[in-house]
Amino acid sequence: MKHAIHLIGALLLVLISWQAIAWLGGWNEALFPTPVRTLQGFAEILADGVLLKDIGTSLYRFLLGYTTSVLLAMALGLILGWYQNIWAFLNPIAQVLRPISPVAWLPFIVLVFGIGDMPSLVIIFLAAFFPVLLSTVAAVAGIEPVYLKVAQNFGIGQPQLLTKIIFPAIFPRIATGLHLALGTAWVFLVAGEMVGTQSGLGFLIIDARNNLRADLLMTAIITIGVLGLLLDSAITLLEKHIYRRWGIPERSNA
Amino acid sequence: MSYIDIQDVSRNYSQNGQTFCALQQVNLRISRGEFICLLGPSGCGKSTLLNILAGFDKVSEGSITIGGAPVTKPSVKHVTIFQNYGLLPWRTVEKNVELGLESLSMPADKRQKIAQKYLSLVGLKEFAQSHPAELSGGMQQRVAIARALAVDPEILFMDEPFAALDALTRMKLQDEISAINRSQHKTIIFVTHDIDEAVVLADRIVIMTPNPGRIKTIIPVDLHGQRDRTSPDFLRIRDHVFAEFSLKPADTTEYYI
Repeated sequence: MKHAIHLIGALLLVLISWQAIAWLGGWNEALFPTPVRTLQGFAEILADGVLLKDIGTSLYRFLLGYTTSVLLAMALGLILGWYQNIWAFLNPIAQVLRPISPVAWLPFIVLVFGIGDMPSLVIIFLAAFFPVLLSTVAAVAGIEPVYLKVAQNFGIGQPQLLTKIIFPAIFPRIATGLHLALGTAWVFLVAGEMVGTQSGLGFLIIDARNNLRADLLMTAIITIGVLGLLLDSAITLLEKHIYRRWGIPERSNA
Repeated sequence: MSYIDIQDVSRNYSQNGQTFCALQQVNLRISRGEFICLLGPSGCGKSTLLNILAGFDKVSEGSITIGGAPVTKPSVKHVTIFQNYGLLPWRTVEKNVELGLESLSMPADKRQKIAQKYLSLVGLKEFAQSHPAELSGGMQQRVAIARALAVDPEILFMDEPFAALDALTRMKLQDEISAINRSQHKTIIFVTHDIDEAVVLADRIVIMTPNPGRIKTIIPVDLHGQRDRTSPDFLRIRDHVFAEFSLKPADTTEYYI
């Protein structure tokens, strides 16, 4: 109940300041839309199916790119975390690649993969890959020694040690990386779709701009925000479930 | 020749060019089925000795044989029980108990049967499908004991297994492990810093002192069967151990164990 009051309050605050900015600015409505105008635009592309189609396209790309990326990053992270002498060589490379915005690679990505779904998939992949890889490697290195002792005691060797003991033991720590990667990947989805593609929410933004439809631009922005929030809530639920099962006290603001 | 033979064992650690002697010239012989308590304050090397016996650590000098064979690595025949239980939180209680059986290429239904048997032994049959986080500390340690017994080991190494439990639970588990020692005929090496615990459990108490870690004395405990913590015999041995640590009132040394 309290939560609902906060939500409604926040919504009112946004609407009032938005309307106020529109009035005070005095811009042409084609350049800066009012809330009402945006709602009309929203109703328009909702009715003709454009919005849902773009949402579907974006979510499909996101889930495909994100899932491939995190699965590969976790598998690689497990192996590299265990074989630290190999990681010692690759770590500097990862540290250099990690801070580069995936968008910077776009010209090369388009060159190699052409246009279509691939550029945004590759960008989402890159955005999710490094947070998960690094958190997995760190988690393997920081595993509770008692798990390794128990495994050793009961004669559990590789590859069962990685799959049966190490991966589940460190999963709560990887989950934090998964959460982080989800947010980053979602941010870069839009950036990826702004270039080299004719569909998705990112394209909706470019298309609206080119047609001077600021109301649709705003609709796309709000949709991206709300979907990002929903994805984040979903992974928070998953994290909470894992923490409960593993018996880890929940962080109060997780 | 005795079952476990510890001969002139030393363990040195070097750190920043300095050598630290955790164990110095330790000699001990243990017979099959014996319940040995390694008792002493922090830093006396009791856990180091246990780790070496269990194969998790190596000697710097000397030798250790169990059943005539030198100890080189951990074995499923010698299971260690840890203070923080070492249960796998993502597995149910039953699947935790089955863990050690999974490497033994045994059909799943037989594994389950064995797990059930040892869960009943520790009184947790109805918690088979729970997860460790849902159990109290004492129950979790019982699961760890069931998991260790499930592989039918010859030796149980116990590293301060009850130190994290409240006093009443601890006494209950002491009685249980003592009964298991008698009924299952396991050799048990038990590390503790609790004098009462050692007197309740041990056939012989090995008293160790720090800097460097070594054995000071060995006190045989001539009490048999289930021990009464309030009997005069119990108090007599307890007194003896207190005296060994210079904890008798006449002494002014401050010693917290």
